[in-house]
Amino acid sequence: MQLDARIPSGPIQDKWDKHRFELKLVNPANKRKYRILVVGTGLAGASAAATLGELGYDVDCFCIQDSPRRAHSIAAQGGINAAKNYQNDGDSVYRLFYDTVKGGDFRAREANVYRLAQVSVNIIDQCVAQGVPFAREYGGMLDNRSFGGAQVSRTFYARGQTGQQLLLGAYSALNRMIDAGKVAMHTRTEMLDVVLVDGHARGIITRCLVTGNIKRWAGDAVVLCTGGYGNVFFLSTNAKSCNVTAAYRCYKRGAGFGNPCFTQIHPTCIPVTGGYQSKLTLMSESLRNDGRVWVPRNPTESLKDPREVLESDRYYFLEERYPSFGNLVPRDVASRAAKKVCDDGLGVARAEVDGRRNAVYLDFSDALTRLGHPTIADRYGNLFDIYERITGESPYTVPMRIYPAVHYTMGGLWVDYNLMSTIPGLHVLGEANFSDHGANRLGASALMQGLADGYFVIPYTIGGYLTTQHRGPVSADHPAFTQAEDESMARTQKLLALQGTTPVDELHRRLGKIMWDYCGMGRDRKGLEQALQLIPELREQFWKDAKVPGSGSELNPWLEQAGRLADFLEFGELMCRDALAREESCGGHFREEHQTPEGEAVRNDDDFAHAAVWEYRGEGELPVRHKEELTFEYVKLTTRSYK
Amino acid sequence: MKIRLKVWRQRGPKDTGGFKSYELSVSEDMSFLEMFDVLNEKLIREGKDPVAFDHDCREGICGMCSMVINGVAHGPRPATTTCQLHMRSFKDGDEIIVEPWRARAFPIIKDLVVDRSAFDVIQRAGGYVSVRTGAAPDANALPIGKDTADIAFDFAACIGCGACVAACPNASAMLFVGAKVAHLALLPQGQVERTQRVLRMVDAMDHAGFGGCTNHGECEAVCPKEIKVDAISLLNRELARAAIVSG
Repeated sequence: MQLDARIPSGPIQDKWDKHRFELKLVNPANKRKYRILVVGTGLAGASAAATLGELGYDVDCFCIQDSPRRAHSIAAQGGINAAKNYQNDGDSVYRLFYDTVKGGDFRAREANVYRLAQVSVNIIDQCVAQGVPFAREYGGMLDNRSFGGAQVSRTFYARGQTGQQLLLGAYSALNRMIDAGKVAMHTRTEMLDVVLVDGHARGIITRCLVTGNIKRWAGDAVVLCTGGYGNVFFLSTNAKSCNVTAAYRCYKRGAGFGNPCFTQIHPTCIPVTGGYQSKLTLMSESLRNDGRVWVPRNPTESLKDPREVLESDRYYFLEERYPSFGNLVPRDVASRAAKKVCDDGLGVARAEVDGRRNAVYLDFSDALTRLGHPTIADRYGNLFDIYERITGESPYTVPMRIYPAVHYTMGGLWVDYNLMSTIPGLHVLGEANFSDHGANRLGASALMQGLADGYFVIPYTIGGYLTTQHRGPVSADHPAFTQAEDESMARTQKLLALQGTTPVDELHRRLGKIMWDYCGMGRDRKGLEQALQLIPELREQFWKDAKVPGSGSELNPWLEQAGRLADFLEFGELMCRDALAREESCGGHFREEHQTPEGEAVRNDDDFAHAAVWEYRGEGELPVRHKEELTFEYVKLTTRSYK
Repeated sequence: MKIRLKVWRQRGPKDTGGFKSYELSVSEDMSFLEMFDVLNEKLIREGKDPVAFDHDCREGICGMCSMVINGVAHGPRPATTTCQLHMRSFKDGDEIIVEPWRARAFPIIKDLVVDRSAFDVIQRAGGYVSVRTGAAPDANALPIGKDTADIAFDFAACIGCGACVAACPNASAMLFVGAKVAHLALLPQGQVERTQRVLRMVDAMDHAGFGGCTNHGECEAVCPKEIKVDAISLLNRELARAAIVSG
């Protein structure tokens, strides 16, 4: 497997400009001769499909929901970063770049991150022009707030619904191109495979989720924007349909998978209440701007009404351990700190899970006193409402209870500077790629990356592929399509033949528990080796004992789930292998063996300043781990400290 | 707690469908959809056909979930989607009747799943600002008063779930259309295409088979995002304005 990142030469601030100039252009009249297949309609997919359509390409766009507007980007709450420096507080492209590389614990590619920071400013302009109603100050200018991992206010927001408003903006741009006849939209359609002709990605196989019809689509390039794989844990903040299938099938066809073990555990989610729990709900990180995180110092007070715990008996563990960033330390640091106090027996959840009360308080009483109810309601009203609906308690009167949950996956298909995977023609955008967040993503950076990739990167770089590497037209009658379609059909039949006794969700829950216990917030060799035994056993049980009801020629959500779980059951193993091979603690990857006596992560730059890229070698074969060495010319490798 | 469910079952678009009853033990901390998960796992174990329903984010924002619960779209709690409704809103021994959205423009696909693609068709008919990527001026070049921005936001909060249509005796989509028209008509960015937009969107709405508004206000009562019927007033006003402006 060749890993050429194709990073342009020259000073970092000039790379993107230089590269854009050097990329060959597709003649405007020729663009309509190319068909681009865009899979997924989240921020990355919708913005890419819309922009490619505007440029004149013919686009087919696919999503599994009943409308492109429902992709899970919609659920992002807090905000989107941009180096506008509207607050005059010392922000710059360079600072956003620096913060993001540092926040990612020095496991991201500098050139990509710098470009991300550069185009961040264009994103805000674009969204405002589309009519995205960002929060404003009374003078009519855009408002900003601060977010974890940064000491400037660079986060633009739309109440607690930033993702929704940005996605509706991208959806409207997409609609405009559908209206113009440049994009054909295919909803309730799931990608089952990618088709390679002469080693290039030239099409996909899909299943219509309403009729069960399996279909071939030929094109000139494939743009995969299918999101992250957090649902491998069963419980996560992802939507129920989020899955790894599209990315995993690409991996099995030869796309390298980068850093699969880098998962982000978000510190502020609503704790688990029982075994029937189907998902976890995030409470935006922005809450940590005004909320203070604490637990009672004395375990005997864990079930006491928090309002009656004396100030002196409260352990504000983030403020005490990290005085300069306090409650605004990055997500990985905050999550681990919460886990530690709960492991030490100080947790405050009402329900016990495995003998622990996994929750800490997020308390707004100081902010309510300082700023008043209306200000707090304006900033967080809808979040407080969500919390109250789920828990039955109002954060205006009782501190929230929160606990970390799986939220985002920094790992994904490996891509070069052009966002192209190791399969020529297969481009990967947004959360589905491994590109910009290293080992930990800072808050408000996912929206930024999805839109940067879709609006401002792929529209240029895809032209480079089409003009230099692309090889002529291909029809869907090519034998490679027949073969891939046959395989997809056979696989669907194999799933439908599963008539055992165990519902798919039950098996998924078991996989989730293995992943959370052994490949979650803290990992060690023994546990990972254990998981590498348990997962194949569970996989065997799935193929023996799962029960898939219904047929393949109708709407069958259980067949969809079974197909996705089958892939998670293989992918989980890859995550554990990656976690086992990475003998260091960095970002969201915390190896218990590698920590200081105070419990802080210890990175190993001598041996692991690289992205791990896994190559599939066939059924029953061990995957091969390749490395993309990372060089840090601009941000000095230091121990990440938020103290 | 124990509940009795009466659920609409329909194998496909052409099947006539009917209610089936199920008894279930549930916890009050469960969400309404988790209650359905429990029911479905039970049905699957018993070798019976589980109930198909739409859902995705399960945090009240994607707009996918869609159940009429005891005659009310999204159930008894105000400003709450089906997925955010919890069983503590019900009592031990309750009978709960669950139906799909019912409207000519939303044909049933299976059980509780309906086809809402008519909503996308309306949005495509002008529910956007024609700004090409890269053509935008600096975001702060055009100040927008906070009050205006806030009102525009209230309308932009629509999640496109279709509860307004399901609740309306005329199956009218005017709250949905009004929300988008109002959001863009209030902002300076939406001015250039203001006239065309409302004419085309209303036309698409009529063609899709939605009814007209006769001021029942049921839509506002069930809207999980609390969009006010002001959206419909604004829609009518925009339509009248467009009729005059476009001659």
